[in-house]
Amino acid sequence: MHPFTLIRPKSLAEAGNAFRGDAAFLAGGHTLIPAMKARLRAVETLIDLTAIPGLDGIAREGDHLRIGATARHAKVARDAAVRQSIPALATLAGGIGDPQVRNRGTIGGSLANNDPAADWPAAALGLDAVLETSQGSHAAEDYFQGMFATALADGEILTAIRFRVPQAAAYAKHPHPASRYALAGLFVARFPEGHRVAVTGATMGVMRWTGAEAALDTGESLEGLSLASDDLASDIHASAEFRGHLAGVMLRKAASELV
Amino acid sequence: MRTTFTLNGEAHAADAPDETLLTEYLRDTLGLTGTHIGCDTSQCGACNVLVDGESAKACTLLVATLEGARVTTIEGLGTEAHLHPMQAAFRQAHGSQCGFCTPGMVVAGIAIAERHGAEPSEEVIRHELEGNLCRCTGYQHIVEAIRIGARAMHAPAGETE
Repeated sequence: MHPFTLIRPKSLAEAGNAFRGDAAFLAGGHTLIPAMKARLRAVETLIDLTAIPGLDGIAREGDHLRIGATARHAKVARDAAVRQSIPALATLAGGIGDPQVRNRGTIGGSLANNDPAADWPAAALGLDAVLETSQGSHAAEDYFQGMFATALADGEILTAIRFRVPQAAAYAKHPHPASRYALAGLFVARFPEGHRVAVTGATMGVMRWTGAEAALDTGESLEGLSLASDDLASDIHASAEFRGHLAGVMLRKAASELV
Repeated sequence: MRTTFTLNGEAHAADAPDETLLTEYLRDTLGLTGTHIGCDTSQCGACNVLVDGESAKACTLLVATLEGARVTTIEGLGTEAHLHPMQAAFRQAHGSQCGFCTPGMVVAGIAIAERHGAEPSEEVIRHELEGNLCRCTGYQHIVEAIRIGARAMHAPAGETE
């Protein structure tokens, strides 16, 4: 790794002020540190957010569930409020990576990174979430801007994610057998006004699948439905065609778990 | 940066460059070479240690972020005369094989027993071992060792298999 200076601010204001020049925020570090070790990324200042008190709380607030940005996946997976309000989020969090990754990786780190095969973006978009930051908030619809791109400005810190509590929700993913990232991950949610379907892994960035939403709203059969999109990803792990097919399979699996 | 934490039950002050990884610090500075470096890319789990009682990959932890933490390495689990029950179980079930992944497997096994109790099913153990790779591919004995170790960890004092 290239040398850097690490600081551990005790407040958001202090953390924001420290963001100068070539800097990065650190939460669980399970994407950033490997990238820095591989010298894909170099920073002068690394700002560790985990010493800031109160950033990892989880609470039900009316018809929303609010999860602090530095809450670790393992904590989300076993949290009573999560399991009661939106059990699909506990399932999703419990299926990320492996136990060691879940013990350190955070929801905020994942959403700030916006890996196109990460799980959390599908939940945020599928549950019409609001992403709260040190400078305001972003609706999920506006927040995700394609592969590794978000609406976060330089120095803007993700502080919490506010999920709408749906009538029902389910997450199904076909993981890559080694990395456990999604080759296709489908988050399906039912709200009073209709269904929302978000796809991760199969596409170049998380996106809604409006055709599947319409089929669920009208009660049409989902048989044979596959994702046809110019945005499908294709690489050594899976072709675009296979990912589109997997998206359909995972859609039917998630839809069958909606209760 | 100077970082203070508990290492294997004793107060420890580390003075290391900010980019120092826990694996590097344990092995190169302290000579605690029981924490192995396998893939060095957070996949294989040979470097697993316990941080505040939960398993974590030391190759992906910066020492400077461990202020106040409780870190336990394989060296802190038992002694040659008094092995940790999970270590004894690995010996009993021949869970070690070539030995390279063993420290990480033992640490993962302890975390499994802490979370799932005395009788984790084979399915649970195999699922929980997703972050640990054995290149001998001999998972059968490892799973058996963790079953025995979990039972022993939760047995009333003095009772062992």
